[in-house]
Amino acid sequence: MALLEVNNLEVSFGLRSGGVKALRDINFKLDRGERIGVVGESGAGKSVLGFSILNLISNPGSITGGEILFEGKNLSKLSASELRSVRGNRISMIFQDPMMTLNPVLTIGEQMVECLLAHRKIRKEDARNIALQKLKQVYIPSPETRLDQYPHELSGGMRQRIVIAIGLLMDPDIIIADEPTTALDVTIQAEIMELMLELCERNNVALILITHDLGVVSQVTQRTIVMYAGRIIEQGPTKEIINDAQHPYTQGLMNALPQMAVPGARLNQIRGAMPALQRIPTGCAFSPRCDYTTETCRHTLPGFTESGNCLVACHMVAEMKREAAQVASLAQEVKG
Amino acid sequence: MSAQSQETLVQLDDIYKKFSISGDFLDQLKFKQGRIVREQEFVHAINGVSLAVKRGEALCVVGESGCGKSTVARTVMGLLNPSQGSVHYDGQRIDNLNDRALMPYRRKMQMIFQNPYASLNPRMTIAQTLQEPVTLHNPGWSGQEVRDKVAEVMFSVGIDPSWGERHPHEFSGGQRQRISIARALAVGPEFIVADEPISALDVSIQAQVLNLMMDAQEQHNLTYLFITHDLSVVEHFGTRVAVMYLGSLCELAPTKALFSTPRHPYSQALLSAIPRLDDNRPQHIKLQGEVPTPVNLPPGCVFHGRCPHVNDRCKREIPQLIATDDGGQVACHGVEEGRI
Repeated sequence: MALLEVNNLEVSFGLRSGGVKALRDINFKLDRGERIGVVGESGAGKSVLGFSILNLISNPGSITGGEILFEGKNLSKLSASELRSVRGNRISMIFQDPMMTLNPVLTIGEQMVECLLAHRKIRKEDARNIALQKLKQVYIPSPETRLDQYPHELSGGMRQRIVIAIGLLMDPDIIIADEPTTALDVTIQAEIMELMLELCERNNVALILITHDLGVVSQVTQRTIVMYAGRIIEQGPTKEIINDAQHPYTQGLMNALPQMAVPGARLNQIRGAMPALQRIPTGCAFSPRCDYTTETCRHTLPGFTESGNCLVACHMVAEMKREAAQVASLAQEVKG
Repeated sequence: MSAQSQETLVQLDDIYKKFSISGDFLDQLKFKQGRIVREQEFVHAINGVSLAVKRGEALCVVGESGCGKSTVARTVMGLLNPSQGSVHYDGQRIDNLNDRALMPYRRKMQMIFQNPYASLNPRMTIAQTLQEPVTLHNPGWSGQEVRDKVAEVMFSVGIDPSWGERHPHEFSGGQRQRISIARALAVGPEFIVADEPISALDVSIQAQVLNLMMDAQEQHNLTYLFITHDLSVVEHFGTRVAVMYLGSLCELAPTKALFSTPRHPYSQALLSAIPRLDDNRPQHIKLQGEVPTPVNLPPGCVFHGRCPHVNDRCKREIPQLIATDDGGQVACHGVEEGRI
């Protein structure tokens, strides 16, 4: 049994202009110790997906369909107190901005001890010792002093380390990290990502890494989920998605990266922009921006096609493969 | 990229900029040993930066937050006055000019800002936003001429001129950034300072905006000063790169040279931290410690506290820029002594 299994998840937000579905038909599995990346542009639903796993979607949003099975228990059906025993305990979450996550009027030690006492029946001194040990694990220099400091006394990178230490406090099974390094500089980002990778591997913690940075995903995760307009459009092993993306959107996203282009040449852009959730076109949501669009794409929502080890939601996958094979054989002939 | 000459368009000489953080005059008064004294503390945002932007090039300035790259951009544009040093545009000193004398230069130099949500006036229509600079800089033009010019620049950035009556909130981030670019292009500039123009945009939109900026460079023979923290964009876009750390210039080199053989230890660390698609595990040079505060600058080389190659000289003496054999400049005692 997978550690976490999400089946047909649907999340809606009730707006004055009518309801919108922020997530539709979300299906994926996460095994113990597995690291999975969720990528997509802003508004694709990545963060909503992360929040919905812990049922952190607040009014006017709600989970309107599907199930989230954690060790076989449906998280979306748990009572508030049952959910509390999972949240921050078995599944913890790391957010983008460490200044917003940490309480500015409590010292680092108070926040960590508070969290431990909420979940475990232990003495305060023991809790403090555990906190100290976790700070050492994330390589905070002079951890004893840090326990009595306030968040504003620390730098951005240091704060994010503290947040990671708090995420690890209860030795969780899953960490959901929502853009954990977006607010940080590139050298600090590299350090934090390396730290998270090391901690996940050492403690066999599963990671759901939500990010827009394909470089980070390729370095840290084993599997990748690509989202577009509230749906998963492609998922599979990270290596395959990075090197041989099947969905035209994923291909476009990869090709748009300056790393992939000849320096100084035009970048391969995807035309247009992602539609607002209220105005998602019928059929494939990507069809207005896609180069391979056919009539079918405009009318029918594509199901998932297996392609290699990947699942791709595109009508044209087989067609594109045939075309690529033809081009390859033609190239071979020309060479011969 | 368009053909370049070696002619210098914008020259920064030994620029210093400090900001007082001690509040107003009364806040600065302290009572010490029975006397009232005035004390002031400063953030030293730029410390002795000299930089020459050549006509037709895209000079990128990179560095981490707080290194002074945006302050450099604003000083060049005359939005900030340098505390010391001078800015020359096409041989003419401009940092000491008054507003009226600066007008012709403002027309030649335009700026694109980071956040297109904040840099467009929400209460003005797009047409109004774009007409304002055109009218200001071309006082003799008729209404029709102004409208034609605006339609032309809107068309050139891929915004339908018939959308002119809309307000900024009706556009997406990428479209708004296009409008900002149109506003900069509307007065026919030759030099554009772009302060993190694509940082707030998604990957697929970043490509669109970068392409637009490169097309504009070709069509109008523009010179760019491009401020960014995204090194992969620099590799693609820049002719030369200036790496800044804590208000000082560490290294200035042609893009290719910098990315293949970074000389300064900080450039090396910075480049190694880019998450690449092709490697499996992050392998970056780890720096000790953190960026020191620009309020109390460390003596000697500003990077010495984190540098793996530090020696006694680095702690005492501020390194000067020296020329390297690949056409760049680097400020490092280690490189000068042949240790690195």
